[in-house]
Amino acid sequence: MAAAMPLALLVLLLLGPGGWCLAEPPRDSLREELVITPLPSGDVAATFQFRTRWDSELQREGVWINLGRSSVMSSQGSSAPLSTSSTPPTQSLPLPPSNPWVWPMTLTTTFCAMLCCRGRWSAPKTSPPGRSSCPVVPRASLISFHLLQAGLSVLLKADRLFHTSYHSQAVHIRPVCRNARCTSISWELRQTLSVVFDAFITGQGKKDWSLFRMFSRTLTEPCPLASESRVYVDITTYNQDNETLEVHPPPTTTYQDVILGTRKTYAIYDLLDTAMINNSRNLNIQLKWKRPPENEAPPVPFLHAQRYVSGYGLQKGELSTLLYNTHPYRAFPVLLLDTVPWYLRLYVHTLTITSKGKENKPSYIHYQPAQDRLQPHLLEMLIQLPANSVTKVSIQFERALLKWTEYTPDPNHGFYVSPSVLSALVPSMVAAKPVDWEESPLFNSLFPVSDGSNYFVRLYTEPLLVNLPTPDFSMPYNVICLTCTVVAVCYGSFYNLLTRTFHIEEPRTGGLAKRLANLIRRARGVPPL
Amino acid sequence: MAVTDSLSRAATVLATVLLLSFGSVAASHIEDQAEQFFRSGHTNNWAVLVCTSRFWFNYRHVANTLSVYRSVKRLGIPDSHIVLMLADDMACNPRNPKPATVFSHKNMELNVYGDDVEVDYRSYEVTVENFLRVLTGRIPPSTPRSKRLLSDDRSNILIYMTGHGGNGFLKFQDSEEITNIELADAFEQMWQKRRCYHFSFSYNELLFIIDTCQGASMYERFYSPNIMALASSQVGEDSLSHQPDPAIGVHLMDRYTFYVLEFLEEINPASQTNMNDLFQVCPKSLCVSTPGHRTDLFQRDPKNVLITDFFGSVRKVEITTETIKLQQDSEIMESSYKEDQMDEKLMEPLKYAEQLPVAQIIHQKPKLKDWHPPGGFILGLWALIIMVFFKTYGIKHMKFIF
Repeated sequence: MAAAMPLALLVLLLLGPGGWCLAEPPRDSLREELVITPLPSGDVAATFQFRTRWDSELQREGVWINLGRSSVMSSQGSSAPLSTSSTPPTQSLPLPPSNPWVWPMTLTTTFCAMLCCRGRWSAPKTSPPGRSSCPVVPRASLISFHLLQAGLSVLLKADRLFHTSYHSQAVHIRPVCRNARCTSISWELRQTLSVVFDAFITGQGKKDWSLFRMFSRTLTEPCPLASESRVYVDITTYNQDNETLEVHPPPTTTYQDVILGTRKTYAIYDLLDTAMINNSRNLNIQLKWKRPPENEAPPVPFLHAQRYVSGYGLQKGELSTLLYNTHPYRAFPVLLLDTVPWYLRLYVHTLTITSKGKENKPSYIHYQPAQDRLQPHLLEMLIQLPANSVTKVSIQFERALLKWTEYTPDPNHGFYVSPSVLSALVPSMVAAKPVDWEESPLFNSLFPVSDGSNYFVRLYTEPLLVNLPTPDFSMPYNVICLTCTVVAVCYGSFYNLLTRTFHIEEPRTGGLAKRLANLIRRARGVPPL
Repeated sequence: MAVTDSLSRAATVLATVLLLSFGSVAASHIEDQAEQFFRSGHTNNWAVLVCTSRFWFNYRHVANTLSVYRSVKRLGIPDSHIVLMLADDMACNPRNPKPATVFSHKNMELNVYGDDVEVDYRSYEVTVENFLRVLTGRIPPSTPRSKRLLSDDRSNILIYMTGHGGNGFLKFQDSEEITNIELADAFEQMWQKRRCYHFSFSYNELLFIIDTCQGASMYERFYSPNIMALASSQVGEDSLSHQPDPAIGVHLMDRYTFYVLEFLEEINPASQTNMNDLFQVCPKSLCVSTPGHRTDLFQRDPKNVLITDFFGSVRKVEITTETIKLQQDSEIMESSYKEDQMDEKLMEPLKYAEQLPVAQIIHQKPKLKDWHPPGGFILGLWALIIMVFFKTYGIKHMKFIF
């Protein structure tokens, strides 16, 4: 019983007239891809990406995209792309054109429904982000994409995906050029899921991995609706030194390119290639380390960030973001976007940015103050990070007291603050050539390189959990019990003392037992009772 | 001769009479079958499954709801017809030693969370207001379809609620309650909407199951027809939980739902088991509390009501031999295709925006803020200042203004 209907099939059905009935070039296509990267520490990172492209003018038709169960009306009338991410990866996405950002409420509720949000959606529709991107969900649980259970999505089973040390998922919708001349646009939907498997769970001490060990199932067939279905395995260390690792089955082709500033080599397994899945009807990619990898620290990226809340008590606090530029000699600008909920009242006069101990004035600041219960604070800055430095951006805030009906049922858990978003063009060590949208793999074209000397990165810091001054919700019950007791005991006894009257009561002439006793006493000659 | 003639005539008459009677019996048998086929009068099935408790120690309520969800899905009701409301996420709870699973039997025999569970209302969205809105259909227009109960007057609805309750109320998420009167009124609203057609948020027949302490108090106040109700305990009794699991550390299920789940595991879409068997599930010896039920508002006899009338989605299919030809609306498709092609010719080539236009960001002019007329406070302040001025210095200064 197919409880999960095929995603692409629904999309095709809902595209309206046209679509696949006419003998035309297909108006949408699905590509899927899995990139497996063994990390130097022995962990394995796996990134799934599913790209659907609609070659139709969504601005006029307003296509309903049925993503699994919920329907999403893509932003009709605006060509601004839409991305939502939750604990997103350190991959990046290209900056949207600077169009005003339209956030229909349906989109937020449905994406919220899709991404299994906890807590409220922190970027309501009245806060257009301006220059940079997308709202982020502070914390979300992993949900299953309702994808066709064939091809790569066979591997997406929750029981194994949760035995990971990191996972993140993102949904991006954006317009892309349909052809090289870019005379018309198509819409592209990308769904990505990144997980990092802990080596010691998969390998029992050894750092070998295989698809079966990680996902507890193997690939059996490509998705019948996909025009491309590929698995890429990062074998960069293999090329450098032939004795380090061995991949089985041996790949037929490899792909080399400059990814995130360094040259990398990938082994390609094409599921649509009939020779790939022939004998055993399944594909189980395995990697064995011939020489155990040294436990070296992973190479530090040129840009990374950290965010934390400091301070004590429930009245004030300080929000600090540390931006690390580890490039030895190049400085580059970073666009920092902070969306802070209204109940943390920021004091913008306490905003300080220091690099290497000296004050660093940002080249551009845009601040939109919050309105209580309507919109959050929006703070956007363009900061030049000097080479080989740590920049600290800190701002003090005061915690607001909410109305007692506005607290969640578990207010002592705390409230989430969305991660801050950093966008930067990081200088790359190796010059990269511009990507070809159709030919290059999906992970390369998610954030395509336009200028070979740098690559675009969008980072998200950690979401934060802050406590607000929380009233004691058991107090109404306590007060009622206590006052009722006090009233009953004190006032009640006082009332009784004042109003109780005493009457003398005639003794009754006794019942039957008394008469019987008197009878016996008279017989004995003893005075009666 | 005449005697044999009359005898034979009588015999033929008798034979025809017998044949006719057999024929009529057979015909009425077919009619009975046909009547049985359309007996229950419903055309679709819906289910609203609600778990109202949050926090890790209320794991069993989530497991209760998920096991009913699982049975209902297995018996044929699709996800689009199930509204599942879970107040807390046990599968993704950091205290869950087996993430992405919710077990109902100890020793982790049965994972009721599964791979394709679809929760419609989760976490903070499970409130009394949302629950009543789902039942009565008064939902904001931006609600996705999966969160709506789109029943009509030929729908059989199963409503299952579990959590902590008391005499006359059910607690939602430790912060609010729904009373039995509100619930009865909501059902009456659904019944009153039967006069409308097509997605009128009403019901044909409704089965209400509740597994809480003093659950029978919740159905005491129902007054709308065609409702059958079951509860796990009577007023004054507590519903007890079944068994703890030492590995997970909490109680996994409540007794009543545990035995209902066992009962439902034996039902398949073709079962002929009826409601009287469901009433016998979990007697006092197993359940410690006394399950109760209420059928006085229900028009049919419970022994004629199949379990699959509410828990399954047994469709009545009419086979027709007519063929219907579907026409492609080729004119619309051709015109839209032409429009796309024309747009291709007319539009100028576009290009991608720069990824991080630093120069533009630094040198952009500050945005002009919209001018808003002064608000009431400012106007009042100025009016006061002007009045005081003219009172102090006299009205003669007015002529210099006007």
